[in-house]
Amino acid sequence: MKAAVIVFPGSNCDRDVAVSLERTTGRPPLMHWHADADLPEDLDLIVIPGGFSYGDYLRSGAMAARSAAMAGVRTAAAKGRAVLGICNGFQVLCEAGLLPGALMRNRSLHYICRDVYLRVETTDSIFTGHYAPAQVARIPIAHHDGNYVADLATHCALEDEDRIAFRYCTPAGKVTDDANPNGSLDNIAGILSEERNVLGLMPHPERLADPRLGGTDGQPIFASLMEALS
Amino acid sequence: MTAVEITPAVIAEHGLNAEEYARVLEILGREPNITELGIFSVMWSEHCSYKSSKKWLKTLPTTAPWVIQGPGENAGIVDIGDGLTAVFKMESHNHPSFIEPYQGAATGVGGILRDVFTMGARPVANLNALRFGAPDHPKTRHLIAGVVSGIGGYGNCVGVPTVGGEVNFHPGYNGNILVNAMTVGIAPADRIFYSKASGIGNPVVYVGSKTGRDGIHGATMASAEFNADSEEKRPTVQVGDPFTEKLLIEACLELMDTDVIVAIQDMGAAGLTSSSFEMASKGGLGVELALDTVPMREEGMTPYELMLSESQERMLMVLEPGKEPVAEAIFRKWGLDFAVIGRLTDTGRMVLTWHGDTVADLPIDPLAEAAPEYDRPWEPSPAPAPVDPASVPTVPWTEALVTLMGSPDLASRRWIWEQYDHMVMGDTVQRPGGDAAVVRIHGPAGLTDRGLAMTTDCTPRYGSADPVLGGTQAVVEAWRNLTAVGARPLAITDNMNFGNPEKPRIMGQFVGACQGISAACLALDFPVVSGNVSLYNETEGQAIPPTPTIGGVGVLDDLDRMATVAFKAEGDAILLIGGPAGDAECLGRTLYLREIAGREDGAPPPVDLAEERRVGDTVRGLIQSGRVTTCHDVSDGGLLVAIAEMALAGGIGATLDGVTDTPAALFGEDQGRYIVAVPEADAAAVLSDLGSVARRIGSTGGNALTLGGVSVPLATLCDAHEGWLPRLMGDA
Amino acid sequence: MKARVHVTLKSGVLDPQGKAIAQALQALGFDGVKDARQGKVIELDLEDGDTSAAQARVDEMCRQLLVNSVIETYRVELEG
Repeated sequence: MKAAVIVFPGSNCDRDVAVSLERTTGRPPLMHWHADADLPEDLDLIVIPGGFSYGDYLRSGAMAARSAAMAGVRTAAAKGRAVLGICNGFQVLCEAGLLPGALMRNRSLHYICRDVYLRVETTDSIFTGHYAPAQVARIPIAHHDGNYVADLATHCALEDEDRIAFRYCTPAGKVTDDANPNGSLDNIAGILSEERNVLGLMPHPERLADPRLGGTDGQPIFASLMEALS
Repeated sequence: MTAVEITPAVIAEHGLNAEEYARVLEILGREPNITELGIFSVMWSEHCSYKSSKKWLKTLPTTAPWVIQGPGENAGIVDIGDGLTAVFKMESHNHPSFIEPYQGAATGVGGILRDVFTMGARPVANLNALRFGAPDHPKTRHLIAGVVSGIGGYGNCVGVPTVGGEVNFHPGYNGNILVNAMTVGIAPADRIFYSKASGIGNPVVYVGSKTGRDGIHGATMASAEFNADSEEKRPTVQVGDPFTEKLLIEACLELMDTDVIVAIQDMGAAGLTSSSFEMASKGGLGVELALDTVPMREEGMTPYELMLSESQERMLMVLEPGKEPVAEAIFRKWGLDFAVIGRLTDTGRMVLTWHGDTVADLPIDPLAEAAPEYDRPWEPSPAPAPVDPASVPTVPWTEALVTLMGSPDLASRRWIWEQYDHMVMGDTVQRPGGDAAVVRIHGPAGLTDRGLAMTTDCTPRYGSADPVLGGTQAVVEAWRNLTAVGARPLAITDNMNFGNPEKPRIMGQFVGACQGISAACLALDFPVVSGNVSLYNETEGQAIPPTPTIGGVGVLDDLDRMATVAFKAEGDAILLIGGPAGDAECLGRTLYLREIAGREDGAPPPVDLAEERRVGDTVRGLIQSGRVTTCHDVSDGGLLVAIAEMALAGGIGATLDGVTDTPAALFGEDQGRYIVAVPEADAAAVLSDLGSVARRIGSTGGNALTLGGVSVPLATLCDAHEGWLPRLMGDA
Repeated sequence: MKARVHVTLKSGVLDPQGKAIAQALQALGFDGVKDARQGKVIELDLEDGDTSAAQARVDEMCRQLLVNSVIETYRVELEG
């Protein structure tokens, strides 16, 4: 699997996800600078990392979505390349129109950094194949704007097309309002594109993909990609 | 420019007294102009010159074989092995945070980060020691909300995890909150950068953000006692831009991988003045700056404003000659300003020009050497009378414990640290809430199995009664918290927060704290490598409790040999290590006395430094040998609170059969104690190896704490502990 | 010429910040605040020129960057 991580000014989880990718694939990913529109042709996976691209000024992810590198990502996504957006990366993908909906301020208005529980809603994707159906995964969130919104038609399409990848849930796997950390529509934590080759999620799988850090529930995303794309 | 007349009022406004102004006239041999007066004012302010504290700071122990850089640079540096160093410092941003809590706290974080990456280190962790007024004081909630979101807003965006700290509440901070921010970074031992300029003719380069009128006179403000008018000073508070700081970190570290930097200094308080002065002064050189070439954000700025501005996210560098294009390309790539604004000279003078005209011409060494240094009169605090145990009311332990666990100084800080990204960088091995935070050492060559442990500590309750003991105890508690995770304590940074040093009793608190810190540092081989002094924390004559905050750093050589506070299994034996042979005895100045009896009197618990070291070394040995993975030191609230914290962290209760049910035994704060839990099968061997220093006090299990046939459910303790702060802040 | 772009959330979109503002106002005793919506104002300093051309350009700026049409709507005021 040949992977690249896009580095925007203000990205701050680029190294973190590179560590997880290297741990999975055995080689460091390409770190691709935001100003460069030309992505290598032979990439299997492009990761848009977490952070505060361009300070998240104006709107989270808004300016990164209009960067040169994202034009390249859009082309690659159209060709079916895998694109993974984590946290700020999810915001960027929504702003870029590669995923539907938008991410608004958390309903508590606070930035929230803590472990949450996610129910795996589909294993039918290159990102989630290594999870069991309805598996509960403990993965941290760390965001101020993770409150997913979409109009009714979009919501229905996501549901009908099995494109909701993860929902916030209780440790026992129940999808309840109490288990929703940010007010997201229908507890949505991550969604797939129509072609299922683009995943955006607010939680940070790279932060619990190493036993040293207290858990490995994020690792199946990288393992799934490794298997699907190698 | 119209010249400003230097009247006695203008001089007073600049915080210079008559004697100090006389010295200005003597050095210059003439009257200063307004720009020069402004420079003297900031350089000789308490904040920059340490004029009241210097005499005593010089007495602190600052050396050890592992110390690479002690106080006097941007941050202290210790060797952590494998060719790496830990670079760290703590600094206060008290006054600005009281006036504008969000920006004050945010720029405090920004400033301390710059101190660390200026030296070539990548910042790997932030900590914050906060002190607020009474929880029910009308300003407290607003200040907490602002400070916490300011710290989070800045730290989260720059992508450095905020992994620890502490919070206290006391009416003594109603008018002067304390925001002490600490940053720890990692740098290769062979690539450290200092501020000493060298090379006559070398270019002086300005990088980062443009200069505006932010915080003009901030450094002078931070050295003046507050009065009711201070809230009017709001416009002078500087505004932080964490996005630019993040770019500055990356650009500086990228440039540091080339060989073009001769010297580098961040522009902190007193901005361009102190940074340029410091670099030239350390190098024994002169400097010429063309102020009109400084990147400016606002129109119509004057030399005076440029020299005194505290605009954030700026650095000054001296480069190797001819290397400007290398540096400029890197800063342009990151979208940052870059300007050559001057050069080093051999004149020993600071010469400032404005479109070719000289606007200031000052001798550097005489100004630095003549900086006032005071031996202020001081008096020791009177020894407090001990508490008569018979006068202390006894309430059922269950009731006392629930009250204490939900009291302001003991309640969970989760509401705060969940607003901080404490996991970014992917190396946080121990998150907030334990004795010390632990981050994996992730050097330029990649991941390791080693870790850095860090903590901030101070118990102002103790120092208010006995400043010497307060200083000692703060150092000891930091050492103990590092020990409790299994780390080898290396060194400390001290952030000395006190009232008005012109009052002998306050000066006595400062002197006492220095004496107490020195004694502990020497006994524990735990030197001071950096620090900061914040004086004049007084409002309308009311001084804060003396608060010498200690930031401690230690190293874990094997992250598989580490302890955490959480009980790990049912049926483990609970052992108490250290302290008196029988039950604890000290109730003076304890949280029990304050929260249950409503009293703040008595003598604080004494510290036996030799015993402290012996017990701590024993505990660390147990952890490092792999025999103990559950450990917690006994501090605020005493033994039963420590057990409750371990139970809540692990979700496993305990039954205690080895302690007496008296307030002193359960809630006394006798020092030098640790609780460990070990598998039942190992308990006898551990106890026999430890001898008389340890005894068994109970075992883990169930979902309640039980003692003398009475129980309190963990759920009740959890509600009290986790609920207090969200309820205070209106989120529950 | 100055252009002032008022960006607000679309009427159907929940506005947590606006909700908090309304609650705070009610807590302060300001009765009759039925709802509050928070938005932002972006001031642009434009080179002088034709007003209708300026309006068209600002509309384009809103579409391309300043406004997220999934959740936001906007209004432009031109002065001078």
